[in-house]
Amino acid sequence: MIKDPVDVLIIGAGASGAAVAWSLAETKMHILCLEQGGWMNPAEYPSTGRDWEAKFFGEWSSSPNVRGRPEDYPVNDDNSPIKVVNYNAVGGSTVMYTAHWPRLHPSDFKVKTLDGVADDWPVDYDALTPFYEENDRMMGTSGLSGDPLSPLTHPPMPQQPLGLSGAIIGKAMNKLGWHWWPSDTTVATMDYEGRARCINLGHCTPACAQGAKSSTDITYWPHAIRAGAELRTHCRVREITTDENGMASGVVYYDKDGVEQFQPAHVVIIACNGVGTPRLLLNSKSDRFPNGLANSSGLVGKNLMFHPYAQIYGYVKEPTDSNRAPPTCLWSKQWYDTDLSRGFVRGYGVQFVRGAGPVFEAVVSEQKGILPWGEDHHRVFRKLNGHRLGFSAICEDLPEEHNRVTLDPVLKDSHGIPAPKIDYTISENSQKMMDHALARGREVLEMAGATDICINSPIPWGGWHLLGTARMGIDPKKSVVNEWGRTHDVKNLFIVDGSIFVTSGGVNPTSTIQALALYIADQMKQRLANLFD
Amino acid sequence: MSESLQLTRAQRDDLRTIAAMIVPASDEYKVPGADDAAIQADMLATLGRDIRLVSAALDHLVRLAGGPLAELDATKRDAVAQEFRKNGGAAAATLVRVVLQCYYRDDRVLRSLGLELRAPFPKGHVLPDGDWALLDPVKARGGTLRRAP
Repeated sequence: MIKDPVDVLIIGAGASGAAVAWSLAETKMHILCLEQGGWMNPAEYPSTGRDWEAKFFGEWSSSPNVRGRPEDYPVNDDNSPIKVVNYNAVGGSTVMYTAHWPRLHPSDFKVKTLDGVADDWPVDYDALTPFYEENDRMMGTSGLSGDPLSPLTHPPMPQQPLGLSGAIIGKAMNKLGWHWWPSDTTVATMDYEGRARCINLGHCTPACAQGAKSSTDITYWPHAIRAGAELRTHCRVREITTDENGMASGVVYYDKDGVEQFQPAHVVIIACNGVGTPRLLLNSKSDRFPNGLANSSGLVGKNLMFHPYAQIYGYVKEPTDSNRAPPTCLWSKQWYDTDLSRGFVRGYGVQFVRGAGPVFEAVVSEQKGILPWGEDHHRVFRKLNGHRLGFSAICEDLPEEHNRVTLDPVLKDSHGIPAPKIDYTISENSQKMMDHALARGREVLEMAGATDICINSPIPWGGWHLLGTARMGIDPKKSVVNEWGRTHDVKNLFIVDGSIFVTSGGVNPTSTIQALALYIADQMKQRLANLFD
Repeated sequence: MSESLQLTRAQRDDLRTIAAMIVPASDEYKVPGADDAAIQADMLATLGRDIRLVSAALDHLVRLAGGPLAELDATKRDAVAQEFRKNGGAAAATLVRVVLQCYYRDDRVLRSLGLELRAPFPKGHVLPDGDWALLDPVKARGGTLRRAP
C-alpha cells in the first residue's frame, strides 16, 4: 500500500527529535517521527530490583555492543580508545545519561577568532539563548542561578542537596581557592510538570524509575503527541530516498514486523546524533549522491568529537553519598578557558562524582587491583565502599578529519543495514589537557584526604558525546548543513542533532543539542513560505 | 543461544573453589564466603548472557591447574589463581564480576555492611542538604565569563 506523504518526517525520537517534533507540532503540519526503539517501561528500570547494579553490566549497559537489544545497532569501535555509548528508544540517550546540564559558553562559538583553532560557529550564544531557556523549562532543570563562571541560567527548581560528598569536595576546592558550583541538572528537585521529585535512588544513569530525571519520553513527547505529532516506534530507517530533482522524497524503513516500508515526506529531519546520522547519510547512496547523501563536501562522518574524559578518584575516611544520591552534583569551570601557559589550547569542565554502589565498587576496585582476593578482601572493601569521591574532566576535543565514522564493510545490524565503524585517536592537545586535569584532580582529592587514588583516562566506555560529523557552516565546501540546519546539498533535508556541532566545548552537550533543535525548528517555522529556496 | 548452556559439575566445583579464593568467609565480619551455597545458587541461576565467558574462564582455569582446582595444595592453588587473575583476560574478568555481583547482593553480606536489604525504588534515600555557606568564598571571589566578540 502506498502511504500518503507526511509534511515532516523526523528520524529518531531522542533529545533533538523530540524537541523539534514538539516545536513544529504547533504548525499543525503532519509530523511523523520514526524511532527504531520502543517506549520504555519504568517498572522494569534497574532500580526497581535487588539486582539493580548487576544490570548495568548486561542488558542495561551503556554500550550498545554489550547490551545487544534488538533495538540497538552494533558499532565497530575497535579502532578507538573511547567506545560509543548510547541508548535506542523513545527518549534516546536521555533515557540513559547522567542529567548533567551545563551550557556551552559564549566563547565556545568563537574558537577561531579567540584562539585561532578550528572554526567559529555560524550561530552564536545569543541566538540560542531563548531556546536554551525554553528547553530548560521543558526538560525541567534544577540548579542555582548566578555561577560567576558559567552562562546565566534560570533553573525552575532549586539545586540538588550538597550531600556528604558535595561538602567534602566544596571544602577541598575552597582550600585550593578554585571555582566550584552546584551543577544545573535535569533531575527534578520538586514535583514538576507531572514528574515526581528526586528521592535519591542513586542509580540515575541507566534510567530513573521515579521519573525525576528528565528524558524526552516523559517531557517533550507527551506534549508533542497531544499537539498532533505522530510517533511510530520500532521502525528502523535504512535510507533516505531522493527524487529526480535531488530533493528528499521519503525514507525506506523496516517496521516492527521487519517488513520493508516506504514513507514519502515533503521534509526530512535527521535526529540520530553523531554516529547514527552519518551512518544514515552514508547508507543513502544513489547515482546522484554516490558518496552518500548531503556529502558533496566529503565531510559526512568526519571530525568526530567525543570529549575524552580524564577521570581520577580516591577514597576518603568520611562516608560519602555512595549510591544514595544522583551521581553528579557539582561542577567546576576553573580550567574552562584557554590559558596557553598550561601547554594546550582550549580547556575542560569538571563534574564531580559522589560515589558508587557496593557491586560497582567491588568489581571496579578488583579490576584496578586495589581490592585483594583472600583474607584481606573484607577489610579493604569496608575501607573503600561508601568512601569514594570522583573528579571527571570533560576535555574539549577539537575537530580532526581523521577522527571519523564510516560504514563497516562487514558488520551489519539485525536488518542487514551496514553498521558504523569508528576511527578515532586522542590528539596531543587533548592528551595534554587530560594530563593537566588529572594533576589538578589529584590535588583536589589529596586536599580532601583521599588515598588509593585511581585513574581512568580516557574513560574507555565514555563515548557519550557524539559530535561534529555533519558540521554546521556557511561554506558548502567546509560544512554539511547551513547556519539553520538545512543540508547544503538537499534543500528539504535537515539535521538537528549533535553531529552539526562545529566544536565541542568542554561540557556535556545535550542542552545545546536541544537548544539547537529548537532554534532550527524556529527558523523553519519562520521560513515556511520559502523553506526550499 | 548461550543462555541454554549449563556449567558441568566439574566447572561448578571449580567456580565454587575460585569464588572462595576471591572472597573467603569471615568470622570477624560475620559473612559467608562466595562459595556459600545460596550465593553459588544465585550465580548459577543468573549467569544468563555471561555463561559463555564464565565457561571459557573455567576451562582456562582447569588448563592452568591441570585438573580440578580443589585438588591442588594451597601453594599451587594460589599460583594458579594469581596467573588466572593476571592473564585471564575478559573471560576471567567476567567470572570475577559474576562472583562479586552475586556476593554483594546477599542479605547476610549487605547486613554486615550496614546496608538495607532492598531495591533503591520506591523508598529511595535521604540526602542531607548540607551547608551552602561553603559556597560563600566562591561567590565572594566572583569572576567573569570570557568575552566573545
